[in-house]
Amino acid sequence: MQQAKLLSLAALAAWGCARPAQSAPAPAPAPAPAPRQEAPPAKTAPGAGAVSAPNSDPFPSTYRPFASRITLIRNATVMTAAGPSLANASVLLRDGKIAAVGANVAAPSDAVVVDGTGKYVTPGIIDTHSHLGVYPAPGVSGNSDGNEATNPVTAQVWAEHSVWPQDPQFPRNLAGGVTTLQVLPGSANLIGGRSVVLKVVPSRTMQGMKFPGAKYGLKMACGENPKRVYANRGPSTRMGNVAGYRSAWIAAEAYRRRWDKWNADHQGDPPTRDLNNETLAEVLRGNIYVHNHCYRADEMAVMIDIAKEFGYSIRSFHHGVEAYKIADLLARDSISASIWADWGGFKMEALDGVQANASIVDRAGARAIIHSDDPSGSQRLNQEAAKAMYAGREVGITVTPDQAIKWVTINPAWALGLQDRIGTLEVGKNADVVLWSGNPFSVYSRAEKVWVDGALLFDRNDPSQRWRTDFELGFVPEVRLPGGAR
Amino acid sequence: MRNLTKAFVVLLAAASVADAQTIAITGGRVYTVSGSTIENGTVVIRDGRITQVGQNVAIPADATRIDAGGKWVTPGLINSSTQLGLVEVGLESTTRDVSARGKDAIAAAFTAWAGFNPSSVLLTPARVEGVTTVLIAPSGGLVAGQAAVLDLVSGSLSDMMVRAPAAMVAQLEDKGSANLGARGEMVVKLRELLEDTRAYARRRVEFERAATRPFVASRLDLDAMIPVLDGRLPLVLEVNRSSEIEEALELASAFGIRIIIAGGAEAWMVADKLAAARVPVVTGAMNNIPQSFNSLGARQENAAILRRAGVDVILVGDSGTGDAETFNVRNVKQEAGNAVAYGMTWDDALRGVTLVPARVLGIADRYGSLEAGKVANVVVWSGDPFEFGTRAEHVIVRGREIATPSRQDLLEQRYRTLPPDYRRP
Repeated sequence: MQQAKLLSLAALAAWGCARPAQSAPAPAPAPAPAPRQEAPPAKTAPGAGAVSAPNSDPFPSTYRPFASRITLIRNATVMTAAGPSLANASVLLRDGKIAAVGANVAAPSDAVVVDGTGKYVTPGIIDTHSHLGVYPAPGVSGNSDGNEATNPVTAQVWAEHSVWPQDPQFPRNLAGGVTTLQVLPGSANLIGGRSVVLKVVPSRTMQGMKFPGAKYGLKMACGENPKRVYANRGPSTRMGNVAGYRSAWIAAEAYRRRWDKWNADHQGDPPTRDLNNETLAEVLRGNIYVHNHCYRADEMAVMIDIAKEFGYSIRSFHHGVEAYKIADLLARDSISASIWADWGGFKMEALDGVQANASIVDRAGARAIIHSDDPSGSQRLNQEAAKAMYAGREVGITVTPDQAIKWVTINPAWALGLQDRIGTLEVGKNADVVLWSGNPFSVYSRAEKVWVDGALLFDRNDPSQRWRTDFELGFVPEVRLPGGAR
Repeated sequence: MRNLTKAFVVLLAAASVADAQTIAITGGRVYTVSGSTIENGTVVIRDGRITQVGQNVAIPADATRIDAGGKWVTPGLINSSTQLGLVEVGLESTTRDVSARGKDAIAAAFTAWAGFNPSSVLLTPARVEGVTTVLIAPSGGLVAGQAAVLDLVSGSLSDMMVRAPAAMVAQLEDKGSANLGARGEMVVKLRELLEDTRAYARRRVEFERAATRPFVASRLDLDAMIPVLDGRLPLVLEVNRSSEIEEALELASAFGIRIIIAGGAEAWMVADKLAAARVPVVTGAMNNIPQSFNSLGARQENAAILRRAGVDVILVGDSGTGDAETFNVRNVKQEAGNAVAYGMTWDDALRGVTLVPARVLGIADRYGSLEAGKVANVVVWSGDPFEFGTRAEHVIVRGREIATPSRQDLLEQRYRTLPPDYRRP
């Protein structure tokens, strides 16, 4: 019986393979052409789905700021991430923006006043490397959507199409003061696909979390992961990896030229649209940032040369456990380093991880970023930054708290191209703000209140308003003790 | 004649005469852990042991003095969940010697320390930051094997050994690793193993003549389980779900064995039962993600709630996908700090990384507090040991100050100036 079953399966497979040879598949019918009065009746204008247009936005953000009230936080130590900390200072949030920061801030009489005595205020924390929503909790196969490990180059996939907004890790991140995340595809592939920048807010849809106007990122990965995943089919070596990136960029450049020409002159039938090359062409046009997972210094140097060969730039190296070895190269080419405070050793390319990595990178004049790649670490990026800051001191590099706070605020904002909108407490910026129970670089401090675009979305002292995802209902015991166990 | 001692070897640490050194740590705030905290206290160390602790202590003339004015002095920290020397590079299987194959996922005879790598570069980073004593434990299978306690001194395994075995390690968490088909099957299999161990211990002679029924485990595995059955060796059971923690308690009660719950994400839900059974819990304080359907109730207040119920809590690193058991053994301090942030008292957090693990691992006669007669594992901190800005300024292990730089320190020195000079350091 079993044999018969196997045979029939084999026959089915053979038939499936043979079918295209017997009759070539018909091209997918094009969408009905839009009527163009000026076009001669014999010509058919291409539908939108046929056109590879720069900066197209087929899944636009539907995020709208939550209802907010004018809020004045006063008598707090304000770490602006744009200059020295201000003692006994105030921050005014109005209409979703930072309206004032300083010692003497006047507030309208109807403003909500939050006493910050003994407390600290920082910008919302930003994590450049998250897999929330694409690798949700619980970690089960049905929700494991972070790596399209079916081909070494999959620039056609977009992380946002894997994001599950009901991942219970989102509210935990918000409670850690994180207000903006870059969610990336995993690192199985040389080129893993598009990232998406999300606000850490409750929503029915991914689009409702999407940071309006944020550019996409492209995930690339060096080293051990791709060559391990594709050992049987290739690439199986680092040199195979490099050949793979270069082949992909060669094809993408040809694609970009064809489309840029057609988009300029609309002469003849448009070239065939291809999602993989479309994303890569957008990188070559400067419309998508490259976020490159790369551990070893020598490999990062090779990736910098590949970027130069094809005329794109790398916005951030991710993980970069050896960034300190080439901090000067990163500074020279304005490449940020998204790194851990103290991870290392778990594979050969992570062997040389050191705690002073961020401090050495920072001192060299490159942008240091503390990232997580971990749903637990992401909730405590303030603690991670603290470890990295104090590690500098051990090697004689003094990093002030006012500098280290940039590693989790304005520097990641820059890596996402959002430095003019978030990342500091400056007038006019989005009111993404965290009130900490104490110095954020103390192990004992916790985010007490978190505002996103001026709306209070987390309040540790008001569990009745706590965001609970759909998943948590029924599954996760509800704990409504104010301030946790205290 | 029962030949049990072979299966239960306790190696005693003894500082040799060559190591003799007299140290007086003066003027510090001394956290004895076992007694009250002494302001402006002195700790005298001689020949590897603490000889005196107090305020008015005569300082031996030959003592090397360490001025601890304004500093905090504590016992060396104990991390009770590590794979130091058993895993060097996680993804390189040739450097992973932590999971035995065993027979049917039972590897009780596996003495994990037998594959210990004394050249591991991961020992020093832990010690530099004040962790002086570690449990190195196997993992994998249903019964992973035996764990040992080591001091992080340089030398060979025998130089480092404190106690082996210190615990038997098993799990009720991962049916796949146990090679079983249902969660409930794991406790069945453990029960069968304990019953067979009992039968084997009683009928050794018949067993040698092949006159017993077949047993679930090999002869050596059964031998290794006898001290567990006798209640002399604690059984660490990794388990997170509250109902399965209760199953573990029933198993312990039925066989009269000593168990330790490890992981215990939902232990807070059964805190009173754990307290009544006097079963300690080894857990972290940064674990709040419902990472599996077995740990839906994970929350950061776990340690505090357990402690308040009277449970002995040992703090370790068990959150995230990081490397809390190898590269970041040092971060047990961060766990302790987070435990305090989420409701544990500071004193209990310090006990959770000193005296409580010493008691649970059977070494409290020598470790875990600053008292005359104890092994001189002492750390002088610039301040609160759990704070990120605090340095371990003096780390004394078995009476000797050790200041060897780690491989990470050497890399940092080399790359402080770019390009580096490959002839240095």
